[in-house]
Amino acid sequence: MDKKDIRSLLRNNAVTVMFVVLCTLCMIFSGQSVSYVIYELFGRLSRNSFIVLALIIPIVAGMGINFAITIGAMAAQISVLWVIEWGVGGIGGFLLAMGMTLPIAALFGFLIGKLLNKMKGQEMIGGLILGYFASGLYQLLFLFIFGNLIPLNTPGLVVKGSTGVANTIDLNSGAGGGIKYALDGIWRTDFGTTLYVLCGIVAMALIVGLLLKKVEKKKAIIGVGTAAVLCGLYQIPAVADLFSMVKVPMITFIVVGILCLFNVGVMKTRLGQQFRAVGQNRTVANASGIHVDKVRLIAIVISTVLAGWGQLIFVQNMGSFQTYGAHEQVGLYAGAAILVGGASIRKATNGQAILGCILFHLLFIVAPPAAKNLFGDAAIGEYFRVFISYGVIAMALVMHAWRGVQARKEKKEQQEAAAK
Amino acid sequence: MSAEFVLEMKNITKQYGENTVLSDVSLSVRPGEIHALLGENGAGKSTLMNVLFGMPVIHTTGGFQGQVLLDGQEVHVSSPHDAMTKGIGMVHQEFMLLPGFTVTENIKLNREITHRNFFSRLMGKNLETLNMNKMSSDARKALDSVGMSIDEYTRVEGMPVGYMQFVEIAREIDKTGVKLLVFDEPTAVLTESEATQLIKVMKAIAESGIAIIFITHRLDEVAAAADSITILRDGKLAATRNAKETTIVELAELMIGRKGEAMVHTDPREVPHDEVALRVRDLHVDMAGEEVNGVSFDVYKGEILGIGGLAGQGKLGIPNGIMSLYESSGDVELFGEKLKLNNAGDALRAGIAMVSEDRKGVGLLLDQSIEDNIVFNAMQIKGEYLYKFGPMTLKNSKAIRAQAEKMIKELDIRCFGPTQHSGTLSGGNQQKVCIARALVMGPRFLFVSEPTRGIDIGAKKLVLETLVKLNREQGMTIVMVSSELQELRSISDRIAIVSEGKLVDILSPDASDADFGLAMSGIKPSEHHEKGDGAQ
Repeated sequence: MDKKDIRSLLRNNAVTVMFVVLCTLCMIFSGQSVSYVIYELFGRLSRNSFIVLALIIPIVAGMGINFAITIGAMAAQISVLWVIEWGVGGIGGFLLAMGMTLPIAALFGFLIGKLLNKMKGQEMIGGLILGYFASGLYQLLFLFIFGNLIPLNTPGLVVKGSTGVANTIDLNSGAGGGIKYALDGIWRTDFGTTLYVLCGIVAMALIVGLLLKKVEKKKAIIGVGTAAVLCGLYQIPAVADLFSMVKVPMITFIVVGILCLFNVGVMKTRLGQQFRAVGQNRTVANASGIHVDKVRLIAIVISTVLAGWGQLIFVQNMGSFQTYGAHEQVGLYAGAAILVGGASIRKATNGQAILGCILFHLLFIVAPPAAKNLFGDAAIGEYFRVFISYGVIAMALVMHAWRGVQARKEKKEQQEAAAK
Repeated sequence: MSAEFVLEMKNITKQYGENTVLSDVSLSVRPGEIHALLGENGAGKSTLMNVLFGMPVIHTTGGFQGQVLLDGQEVHVSSPHDAMTKGIGMVHQEFMLLPGFTVTENIKLNREITHRNFFSRLMGKNLETLNMNKMSSDARKALDSVGMSIDEYTRVEGMPVGYMQFVEIAREIDKTGVKLLVFDEPTAVLTESEATQLIKVMKAIAESGIAIIFITHRLDEVAAAADSITILRDGKLAATRNAKETTIVELAELMIGRKGEAMVHTDPREVPHDEVALRVRDLHVDMAGEEVNGVSFDVYKGEILGIGGLAGQGKLGIPNGIMSLYESSGDVELFGEKLKLNNAGDALRAGIAMVSEDRKGVGLLLDQSIEDNIVFNAMQIKGEYLYKFGPMTLKNSKAIRAQAEKMIKELDIRCFGPTQHSGTLSGGNQQKVCIARALVMGPRFLFVSEPTRGIDIGAKKLVLETLVKLNREQGMTIVMVSSELQELRSISDRIAIVSEGKLVDILSPDASDADFGLAMSGIKPSEHHEKGDGAQ
């Protein structure tokens, strides 16, 4: 790799590189123990990564970051309210909430998609404003309709003497015991077990693939080798210590894994091909007979429903949520996270989403204590991370525009070189 | 396949509102023949193809009259997709390829080969898994048939343009049941050797029984490839010829034709050639769709030079490049002084004015009054019509009004008065306001670009007469760019014809139709005649 390659690699991943540096610095100054940070990180990953992965399909379909996922989150919160009111607890309640979220979010997604199809090229700003607008309707629903026109009987959901749903919804309340940890709590295990299970599955899959001649020999050997090395490393007490605090919510991570597989799998279908075609060039897609508006609509509906489920995973982990505020930052934080991982508003992969999630939340964990140590005030770190999430999005947009200019320049140079 | 013609279009008439763009045009194509469709811009070629493909633009403007027959059966093509299923394919001038897809994925776009899986059984066909192996073997077959050795897994991004063209063709061939392929200006972006290769491929395709409609303006390629030829002119059928029984000269003549008498009469005079007003050497202009690739010419003081050529060949790029409205390079001298390019202010200050072809976009501030429009450039560039108070300036309304009234009288602008908004004027009068604005700059040299586009006949005459008057009475040197050859011939002293960004030849307005036709298709008439004579 010569100098030019390294430079373009750095340039193309400037945001990611910057975040790695920032996280490392904050990590050093925070004075937190590594095992605590890892513990926190696993918690945050389990509740946040699903919603970030929900952004991938619209990006591939050329609609940019779907900031309208806030509306999917609203659908989830409506479902949670009723599941608590009905007193269905545990995993049953969670599944019921998922089932309820599906049609509500799909309907919202359909409406969002219809609108975004009328404002092609401005989907991101459209989705953002739509989120604010929907917030108003959501407040109307929760302040005036629920609890007033449609009475709620569960104690805690309404505050006596005031109107509307209470400010905070506690997921432990309700007759059925609530849905806190409904998914996380099914099977929690320590990191070691998770690692062995994961490595075992990967190794098995590779060996089976090799026997069926679907996987190359070299690839299989590297995969199995890596798994073995990881398990070996974990045998070192110092390494194992780092993960000693972690309790892995297996089912949640399995669900996230399934979503990753879905994102990969759907791209290998006819529908996925249509997403990619529409994302690259609507005119060409249209000329080949693809129903562009319909494909975009499907992308937004899928994304909105997934975002709703993502929000369910988030709130069941948190145990309670701010009735009127929990959805507001969802789009912003998820969008910033995927960009941090190296995705652009035109291209995104599972890996980028997960990496982005790790880096973004790592900064969330270590920035406040680092600021406290450096400036004597944790609020500066708090301020810093909010500032950074907006900054990352702005930077990604600027870089997108800049790359466009750069690409045009290069193309022109190539043409001139060819002409000579 | 018993029918004699694979496609017959009978008595097609199409109107856009009052405007008849196609009248009583017929076209018949035999199976396995290459049928060339010739015509100038606006002759109706694209409208005819839009009818054939059932483009939405046809249906939303009231449809068309006439019949379309495929294999002798009357058909109604409702959409481009419908056309595809009926076996009509199109190789586009603008490539319809996705850069991020491989060759295979592009060839199979929206016609992917899939197999069923668990989810597709539940959720429908759209979730079926792609069968990449089968798709690429099909793509390989199609690529082989157009003589392309390129790997089917290559991404289209970064491929030479010529290859992209062949990928497009491979995609059309891969469609099952294709009976008719339309090639829209396929050689425009190709190098000479690629073009030769393309014609070879077209012939091979035709031999396999697929008919081809070949739209082009390159007459030599028509002669090399076509079996029969249909020529359109002004929305009417000019002629249908068998390739063996015609010559390039005849085709050129048919394509241009005489379009009525000259609109403006000018007294014949000697072409001025004493002093060079504008010397242009190796001008390149980067104007999308109107690129200029190395044009050199001289304009003499006191003459009217016409620049003609088909649309998209670069004639508009010349004035826009010299005026620095688009990025350009080359040497330009105005009355012996070097003109710096890429700074519009410099060109204006040097004394060149331009009446833009984009009257509403660049030319006029539509919601400003006539008088403000007339003095706008003079005020902004030269700082005229202003009172100055130190760093501050104030409009000199009195001087502006006087100048505007003078111009309105001189150019006979029909309006209520100098304060009327220019947006409410008719097209011809708007054009005159543009000319007035150019004149207020006190130019030594005037570019007029498509001055009669979109205005009615009476107004055209007035605009042209104004130009002649300016030239004869004030000695203004004028370069007029126009798509309408007749207009150029009626007032120009010499006419330069541009094709594919290059100057083909400078002709006298009295040169024959055939010469103009040849020049527009990029063949220098004098050379062609020499060659022709030599062969005989």
